[in-house]
Amino acid sequence: MTDILKVQGLRKAFGGVVVANGIDFSLSAGTMHCLIGPNGAGKSSFFRLLLGEHAPDAGTITFDGSDITGLRSFQRIRRGISVKFQVPGIFKALSVRQNLEVAFQDHLHGQSLGATIREMLDFTDLRGNETTPAGILSHGQQQWLEIAMAVGVEPKLLLLDEPTAGMSPDETRKTGEMLHDLNSRGITILAVEHDMAFVEQIARRVTVLHFGSIFASGTIAEIIDHPGVQEIYLGTADA
Amino acid sequence: MSVSESATLSRSRTRSLLARLEGPQTMGRGPGFWGGAALAVAAAAAYPLMADAWTVGNAAYFLIWTFMAMGLGVVWGYAGALSFGQTAFFGLAGYAYGVITLNLGAAYGLTLLALVLAVAIGGLFALVIGYFMFYGRIQGVFIGIVTLSVTLVLETFMAQTAGPQWRIGEARLNGFNGMSGMPPLTLPWIGGDIVLYPGPSLYYLLLGLVVVCYLGLRIMLNSPFGNVLVAIRENPHRVGMLGYDVRLYQTLAFAIGGAFAALSGALYTAWGQYITPSSMGLTSAALPIVWVAVGGRRDITATLIGTIVVLAGFQSLTIYGSQYALVVMGALLLLTVLVAPQGLIIGAMTLLGRIFKSRKS
Ligand SMILES: Nc1ncnc2c1ncn2[C@@H]1O[C@H](COP(=O)(O)OP(=O)(O)OP(=O)(O)O)[C@@H](O)[C@H]1O
Ligand SMILES: [Mg+2]
Repeated sequence: MTDILKVQGLRKAFGGVVVANGIDFSLSAGTMHCLIGPNGAGKSSFFRLLLGEHAPDAGTITFDGSDITGLRSFQRIRRGISVKFQVPGIFKALSVRQNLEVAFQDHLHGQSLGATIREMLDFTDLRGNETTPAGILSHGQQQWLEIAMAVGVEPKLLLLDEPTAGMSPDETRKTGEMLHDLNSRGITILAVEHDMAFVEQIARRVTVLHFGSIFASGTIAEIIDHPGVQEIYLGTADA
Repeated sequence: MSVSESATLSRSRTRSLLARLEGPQTMGRGPGFWGGAALAVAAAAAYPLMADAWTVGNAAYFLIWTFMAMGLGVVWGYAGALSFGQTAFFGLAGYAYGVITLNLGAAYGLTLLALVLAVAIGGLFALVIGYFMFYGRIQGVFIGIVTLSVTLVLETFMAQTAGPQWRIGEARLNGFNGMSGMPPLTLPWIGGDIVLYPGPSLYYLLLGLVVVCYLGLRIMLNSPFGNVLVAIRENPHRVGMLGYDVRLYQTLAFAIGGAFAALSGALYTAWGQYITPSSMGLTSAALPIVWVAVGGRRDITATLIGTIVVLAGFQSLTIYGSQYALVVMGALLLLTVLVAPQGLIIGAMTLLGRIFKSRKS
């Protein structure tokens, strides 16, 4: 299988804080992969490096066969990387429909835009909320809206930073189904997640990040049984 | 493509453009709104029949400023960048109109060419300033500081051009006293040009321009471009993460706003046949912000109505002294910020909308 994403020797420090300490990481096209690690491990920073919001001190990022290390964020998005942030990044004052329009209008026009927006409203269970300002949706609905928006740029790789944070178990399960649906449409998914049940629901392979380095990588069973991982992460996960 | 196919295509394009006259970015829709708008335009068109030429020329003066206000509405209200220096583009275009017409003269409709060139110069200058600001990552309140600096530097510069060496061709810049004596707009006509002195003819031209610009802006604001502008106002970071080059959109919006300010400036010079550096000074720079804030910056209709109402109020107060009028303007701004931060006209329009809705249900 080809790698859609290949990261080599990625390094970034903010003063004394090393958020990425020589990360080597690759992701096969079409997979769903989870990134876990304790608070402050550098997971969100890793995403920001992938997205070009931070310039790395060293290392390269190869996406879909080409080096994107020097590209600006919006150019990386145009190449096919999309993201849902840890804190919902929606347009709170705009209606749900407008949020989706901004996300989809670059690729779709006229009737196909309208049809896709209807499809996305169904997909996110937001039918009937088209004219609602996005900011007054429930937290879970905002997360779904942002996932739908992230799909609008027709990504090959979807980055999700804690997509189920603050969701009820029901909403979490539904989110897992949504991600399986997106994955079956050919979108590779890399998700940061704390909820191990959810990790099991969506991913077969997991990477553990700790102090900006890859601490372990393997199948879910391997990671759960890994004594070091239990120590640094799982032991404190319920805290 | 056959002829009939391309005709259908262009017809459907026209239809989709017209559909954008209404949309989420602009208040007002349906027969009620457009009927009201048509009535307002009809009343404005009938006005010269009831008033003397001097009063009509004065009303034309109000219309001149609405372009700068609508442009600021786009930049500030829609794209979220508070420019404190729209007068820079106003003044530059005003001077450009003077310099060009004093050199070219008023024959063959050359004043119209001067008008177009002046707007282009102002818009281009805004494009350059916008490019350096937005690509230089200047944000928030610093946009206000930079733009204010630009207009004040221009004012200071123009004020020291009194000497005879400061001339462009035939046109003396005249320093603090400003330029005067440039021709008003003229329309080439069979059997003699029509000279548009302040009065009914100029008033009708301006009224037509206001209608065209207002409708054009409505279409633009409800287009995908306008969608992106308001999204940038709400959350620029997310817009970038949807694959848009945010700086490009901000720069374009700023250039459009600048071109509208330039249109006001060139028309102002043509109207009064003079322009002075103080048109770019602090007081002049602050006034558009008051009009737009008081009417409501996030809706182009509110901006337009608010500007005309506030200007008319300002004018009637100036009879008692211009300092006094400025104090009232300041108080009005304060009142708006405290009572209806989204703008008095927007507040009133929202209220009207709610009353209508509750009547229907
Ligand atoms: N711009 C920055 N400047 C300085 N320090 C930063 C910056 N961004 C992140 N950090 C630090 O880097 C470390 C990693 O942060 P990051 O947000 O990547 O962690 P995380 O794994 O996503 O944590 P969480 O699970 O809490 O979301 C933290 O100690 C954080 O304080
Ligand atoms: Mg994080």
